[in-house]
Amino acid sequence: MTDHSETAVLASEPAPRPRRSASEIAEEELVQGSSLWKDAWSRLRKNRLAVASLVIFVLIALACIVGPWISSYDSQAQDLFLGATAPSAEHWFGTDTLGRDLLVRTLEGGRISLMVGLLATVVSLMIGVVYGATAGYLGGKVDATMMRFVDLLYALPFTIFVILLMVAFGRSMWLMFIAIGAVEWLSMARIVRSGVLGLKKQEFVEAAVSLGYSHTRIILRHLIPNVLGPVIVIATLTVPAVMLLEAFLSFLGLGVQPPDASWGVLINEGQQNMEIYPWLLIFPAFFFALTLFCLNFLGDGLRDALDPKSAKD
Amino acid sequence: MLKFIGKRFLQGILVLIGIYAVTFFLVAATPGSPFSTERAIAPEILAQIEKFYGYDKPVGERFLTSLSNIVLRGDFGPSAVYANRTVTAIIAESFPVSLKLGSISLLVALLIGIPAGILAAVKKNTWLDYVPMSAAMAGICLPTFVMGPLLALVFGLIFAVLPVAGWFGPEFVILPAATLGLYYAAYFARLTRGGMLEMLNQDFVRTARAKGVPERTIVWKHCLKGGLIPAITFLGPALAGIISGSFVVETIFQIPGLGQWFVKGALNRDDFLILGLTLLFAALIVLMNLLVDIAQVALNPRLKYD
Amino acid sequence: MTATGPLLEVKDLKTSFYTRDGVVRAVDGVSFSVDKGETLGIVGESGSGKSVTCYSLMRLIPEPPGRIDGGTAMFDGRDLLQMDEAELRKVRGKRISMIFQDPMTSLNPYLKISTQLTEALRLHYDVDHKTAVNRAIAALEEVGIPEASKRVHSYPHEFSGGMRQRVMIAMALITEPDLLIADEPTTALDVTVQAQIMDIIKRRQEDLGTAVILITHDLGVVAGTCDKVNVMYGGRMMESGTAEQVFYNARHPYTRALQKTIPSLQTKGENLYTIPGLPPDVSKPIHGCAFYPRCPYPKTGLSEGERPELVELENGHCYADCRFCDSSAPIESVLSTEVPEETEAAGAAQ
Repeated sequence: MTDHSETAVLASEPAPRPRRSASEIAEEELVQGSSLWKDAWSRLRKNRLAVASLVIFVLIALACIVGPWISSYDSQAQDLFLGATAPSAEHWFGTDTLGRDLLVRTLEGGRISLMVGLLATVVSLMIGVVYGATAGYLGGKVDATMMRFVDLLYALPFTIFVILLMVAFGRSMWLMFIAIGAVEWLSMARIVRSGVLGLKKQEFVEAAVSLGYSHTRIILRHLIPNVLGPVIVIATLTVPAVMLLEAFLSFLGLGVQPPDASWGVLINEGQQNMEIYPWLLIFPAFFFALTLFCLNFLGDGLRDALDPKSAKD
Repeated sequence: MLKFIGKRFLQGILVLIGIYAVTFFLVAATPGSPFSTERAIAPEILAQIEKFYGYDKPVGERFLTSLSNIVLRGDFGPSAVYANRTVTAIIAESFPVSLKLGSISLLVALLIGIPAGILAAVKKNTWLDYVPMSAAMAGICLPTFVMGPLLALVFGLIFAVLPVAGWFGPEFVILPAATLGLYYAAYFARLTRGGMLEMLNQDFVRTARAKGVPERTIVWKHCLKGGLIPAITFLGPALAGIISGSFVVETIFQIPGLGQWFVKGALNRDDFLILGLTLLFAALIVLMNLLVDIAQVALNPRLKYD
Repeated sequence: MTATGPLLEVKDLKTSFYTRDGVVRAVDGVSFSVDKGETLGIVGESGSGKSVTCYSLMRLIPEPPGRIDGGTAMFDGRDLLQMDEAELRKVRGKRISMIFQDPMTSLNPYLKISTQLTEALRLHYDVDHKTAVNRAIAALEEVGIPEASKRVHSYPHEFSGGMRQRVMIAMALITEPDLLIADEPTTALDVTVQAQIMDIIKRRQEDLGTAVILITHDLGVVAGTCDKVNVMYGGRMMESGTAEQVFYNARHPYTRALQKTIPSLQTKGENLYTIPGLPPDVSKPIHGCAFYPRCPYPKTGLSEGERPELVELENGHCYADCRFCDSSAPIESVLSTEVPEETEAAGAAQ
């Protein structure tokens, strides 16, 4: 610790204020919130990699949503006479063995992959936040038991479980959201729990308790908003993890079923024919990897922006 | 220490029985049976087959029978789809292949990831940090099913220096092990870098410098133990990931290992095969987690065996 | 060592931190000297540059962002600031040792006490493991750790804070260095343990004839232990001299204000005195006297941006002659004991 940073700490110490009432303290935290987000946004903007990632991701997502509508090709329309052709002026990404336009198929595949990523993340978010907040808020033995259970689950081969679920209940896409979300909530629960545990001891929560607010109100109004930062970070990093799992399942033939195609399905089709038609592998693989890349960088950037203390260096 | 291992071992056994039970009832609850195929089979023949495999008995009884068969005789039952083969025989034949592929991959991951992470932490903010860490970030975004085909495309087809399919000699290990290993090397590198950086920023490093300890000794003696803990903790998830990654890699490179059998079993609803392999994979992971627990206490004096 | 000159002579030391928000001149032209066996106290508020001064001498400033911009630090005829890494390592831990503020984080939790204690010995002297461990046990006994032969094999987390600071002292003195730098060695400890730790440092110093630089913000500690005192503020020297000179004949307004903050010197029942205002922001260039904005003395001159020079009053008693304030006014008439309304940060009394 250098004297320089001591200065900084001392200078930023707030002046001793007159004693405040409990409700003042309880409300204060809600007010402080806005400047936290402003600071985080200005820090994020300085991180060029994260901003570039955000821009590229938004472009990819827009292309996947809008692209198939404005394209003159139908992703399901086969042209067996045409067959697989290399990228050309008519078909920018070429066509697959059934003569389908690869650009449209890649964009539609992206739609499905991104949708799975978002929906499964929402599922994991709901489970993780509720579980973690409950454990952290109740504390004590309940917390210990609940977190021991999470530790236990962490140590299990989850991918295998997802595969079994897909086998047992058929290969529907909705089931996949739930199955993937149900296994990806563990980190979320841990983060929320440790955040809540730390917050619980702070005076604005004690103030809220002393005012007789209900548990639900305290958890919803005071605790969850204050762990939102780390939750957003983990959620951003869960999306690529979920997309990875979806692509993995689809690659094995256990996920999205033809004629629907996610990026995983396209990569699988591509690798089967890569000796002759390498573009069938390269385009979907490129978009998939690029999306993961952007989301991971964005998640890292958000982590640095929202929690400067944990910034890696 | 022995008590600790014994306790964790028993816990592991319980977890395995739990996993087996969940898997068993999950599979049993699945509509249809492994034998209902598209081809029409006379009901009496189907009944015969089901009787042969024990499917006529209640679920609970079937569960207990299969569990006791495994525990007492190491008998995982017959394969429902590959007639005349027992699951035990399939495991005996294919496990060595997967074990070899998996352990080489893990070794690749550790031998590349950990030194790269240490180097990046020690040379923070130089090109020795940026280059391996950018590579690691890229590696994390290239999962096995992208990396595998790409490696095969480049080294197997464009340069044609390595075989891309089969399992006939040492050169056949290279591409699959690289596919699996490099992905986890990326994780290990990031975790090791983070752990080492945290250690290098601690006050006790300053104390050591004030004693005149050379930088090299500070890294190896003062920081390595603590800095490796995140990477060690990741060994369990890494093994789980390498196992599920082997499903993909063995399919891509056509390696006759357990991963391929598991995928076939899952696609064909080969109940006994799925059950046996799930139990085996879970046992490997539980064992790895036990080793990780022991290693963590050995590395961190603030933890106790309890 | 050379027969005549002081053990350590620092001249015009300048250390800055080059951060994204600007240059922080943490130490700005500091000079002092320490004789063999002598105790020098460096006193100042947080951010006054006292710790950075000592880290600069040991070259423990993280570079970047820190950089030693100038000055000399002659130790036994050689300039510490010009040494290369290898030479420096032969001085660190062997001839100059250091004790740090927080004993909870300054010991390595992953290594046994014995390993950490013997490390410097084995590094700097040709001793075998067994001798080194025996020496370590003796060193622990010397700082008053019971059952030393058993406890030497335990880990830091098995010791309390006060005990850990004793271990730190034993570790720093095991090589019998010529100079010990103690950076606020009692700040992080319970009040009840603080006096014990100071006693141990003093006793060991007498046994070994070690010179000590004691960094502190606690004037009371300085009064009881130091031969000489430096008062620092805003990275600069405000006043220096023997403990007696600085205490009984304080000349600089800042030293006088600091004295007022010692609780035991204040009348009971009154509000504790704090120096109004905040310590200076050293990330901006300071013109004129660093203390000028907070100085309670009547301003008789105006800050011309001219830096006050150190002026020697009598045999070694120097102070930064701030010609802008009438510091000859009697102290009691100037420092009121009432806390002004806008008081923001506490002064040195913490």
